[in-house]
Amino acid sequence: MRLMRQLLVMAALLPGLAFAQAPIKVGIANDLSGPFAALGAEARDGFNLAIKQLGGKLGGKPAEFLQTDMGGNPDQARQLVNRYIQRDKIDFFTGPIGSNVALAVGPVLFAAKIPYLSNNPGPSQFAGAQCNDYWFGVSYQNDAFHEAAGKVAADRGYKKMVIMAPDYPAGKDALNGFKRGFKNAVGQEIYTKLGQIDYAAELAQLRDAKPDAVYIFLPGGMGINFIKQFVSAGLNQSIKLVGPGFSADEDVIRAVGEPMLGMFNTAQWAHDLDNQQNKKFVEAFRKEYKNRTPSVYAAQAYDVIMAIDAAVKATDGKVSDRAAVLVALKKADFASVRGPFKYGANNFPIQPYYVRVIEKAPDGQITNKLVGKVFESYQDVYVGECKK
Amino acid sequence: MSTTLIAEQLLNGLQFGLMLFLIAAGLTLVFGILDILNVAHGSLYMAGAYVAAQTMQVTDSFLAAVIVAAVVTGAVGLVLELVLIRRLVVRDHLAQVLGTFAIILIANDVVKMIWGPAPMMMSMPPALSGPVQLLPELLYPAYRLLIIAVGLAAALGLYLFVTRTRAGVLVRAGASNRQMATLMGVRVPLLFLGVFVLGAMLAALAGALLGPVTAIQTGMGEQILILVLVCIVIGGIGSIRGAFVGALLVGFVDTAGRAFLPALLKLFFSPAVASSVGPTLAALSIYILMAVVLVFRPSGLFPARG
Repeated sequence: MRLMRQLLVMAALLPGLAFAQAPIKVGIANDLSGPFAALGAEARDGFNLAIKQLGGKLGGKPAEFLQTDMGGNPDQARQLVNRYIQRDKIDFFTGPIGSNVALAVGPVLFAAKIPYLSNNPGPSQFAGAQCNDYWFGVSYQNDAFHEAAGKVAADRGYKKMVIMAPDYPAGKDALNGFKRGFKNAVGQEIYTKLGQIDYAAELAQLRDAKPDAVYIFLPGGMGINFIKQFVSAGLNQSIKLVGPGFSADEDVIRAVGEPMLGMFNTAQWAHDLDNQQNKKFVEAFRKEYKNRTPSVYAAQAYDVIMAIDAAVKATDGKVSDRAAVLVALKKADFASVRGPFKYGANNFPIQPYYVRVIEKAPDGQITNKLVGKVFESYQDVYVGECKK
Repeated sequence: MSTTLIAEQLLNGLQFGLMLFLIAAGLTLVFGILDILNVAHGSLYMAGAYVAAQTMQVTDSFLAAVIVAAVVTGAVGLVLELVLIRRLVVRDHLAQVLGTFAIILIANDVVKMIWGPAPMMMSMPPALSGPVQLLPELLYPAYRLLIIAVGLAAALGLYLFVTRTRAGVLVRAGASNRQMATLMGVRVPLLFLGVFVLGAMLAALAGALLGPVTAIQTGMGEQILILVLVCIVIGGIGSIRGAFVGALLVGFVDTAGRAFLPALLKLFFSPAVASSVGPTLAALSIYILMAVVLVFRPSGLFPARG
């Protein structure tokens, strides 16, 4: 009798064992505290919107999305990635906002053969000498925004430029990128302190130099400090302000307000970019998050989940066949909110870049407005160094 | 380099120094009287900025924003003193630093819970948002002139408070010898409470004043606290006069370093060397100043005791 019952129980369980496929696991390392908290929160909202729209599935198969905060800290991120790989056995990875974190966790993921789809950073190392098949820079290569901004400044006929960045590696890359796009000689380069609060001394130099425009790469709070002080010094009346998209996105606009008006900035996406998928995305985002306009970080995160979804669909859920997954990912065969794009040899996108200007919309809201295309199809300069 | 540029940079140095003084005053006062290094002082500054920004968004009045920020942060300081600082006063410095450091972590997360992780907006009072013509060639932001005025007023007020009032005498008595003051009938715990709340309100005043020109975000307190610590170490920990002189020195040296050093180096070195060494040296200038001061005056320029 007892044996009979055990057999019955086993029989009842068997179909479950046979048919329930293990869910596809995506490891997301969020940036919800620390230096990139505001941008990380934008990215999280983009991920969550895509996950919700897909009904929590990928390619129609059951999926699990692991989300943990690692606070923008490379050490903490490395520990989290090890846990994701060894304990959770993830199939895809994404999430970090900073290049320093991407550089720290990338090699670990590549060694474990786990595709890393970047929702933001595009360090030059991964575009050049350290390029890898398991890396997909879904967003952009770091230099692109700066190079595009340089071209915008040259195209608009600015002769005398002052360019400014914090004195650290990414700041130097940014200014070099700008100069590459600008092509002419810039008037003056100013390197400021990382985390600087007061910009009065630099503003006095600007007033003295009388340039046509100033280019700033001052991420996060530094940019907010600078722009507020730039405007209160009255310099916005005679000097144009140009920046990469990250210095002038919706998150910064919400923190600064009116003083941002008239700032030119460059990105591979804009919330008013005219394509079907983007309209759907922006509308859904506003509905989900109290009428907030998405930033580029939210758009990129949304794209990453959709890219994974398409790859899972193309391989019919057999994600353990990594070679097939890589082929599917590389096709970039999904409806991106920035319109169709393709990958170069280093798995960085070859795509258009746009210039946006901050304006007051008819409804009184201050927001970015798309005003033109800078590059038709831009590819980074590092692709030649990538020998795979 | 024109004289107007030099004049403008001097004003900038003064303004930056006075802004640091507003925060340094509270910190050094608390240290002088309570003998406790409150590293969470920066969090009170952050609280002031957030409360001011919130009030400004609701009432649209800058004056209301400053007053509400000072009152609310003062209340926060009151609770903090009664709940934590009072217990830490009798412990050693390590326990004090750890205890107040915990407050930084808690404060950052509480702010994030209430206002979210994105930086907050605080607009400038419209009347002061433009520049003022000081000299024919010299335009200076009106708002920065306000910061200079308030900073000077606060410095004068504190000076008169400490030297000319009865409460000031008690504060000095408590600072120079706590036990003796207690024996002479000074109610030291009440005095401590008053000083701590005053320090919190000064920090909030600084936060509210700086809100329109800086990013209001979590972690803004730690960023500024480092500079403020340099000021009070140079001036001599515990001394208001020291904090004033130290803050002005830091303001002038830092501004001059950033404004003139890269150009000065270009006279002696190649442009490539000057542009790479200049910013680094400018960033280091205030720490070099601190080191030099400490070599000749190990307890700062105006030590509070002895």
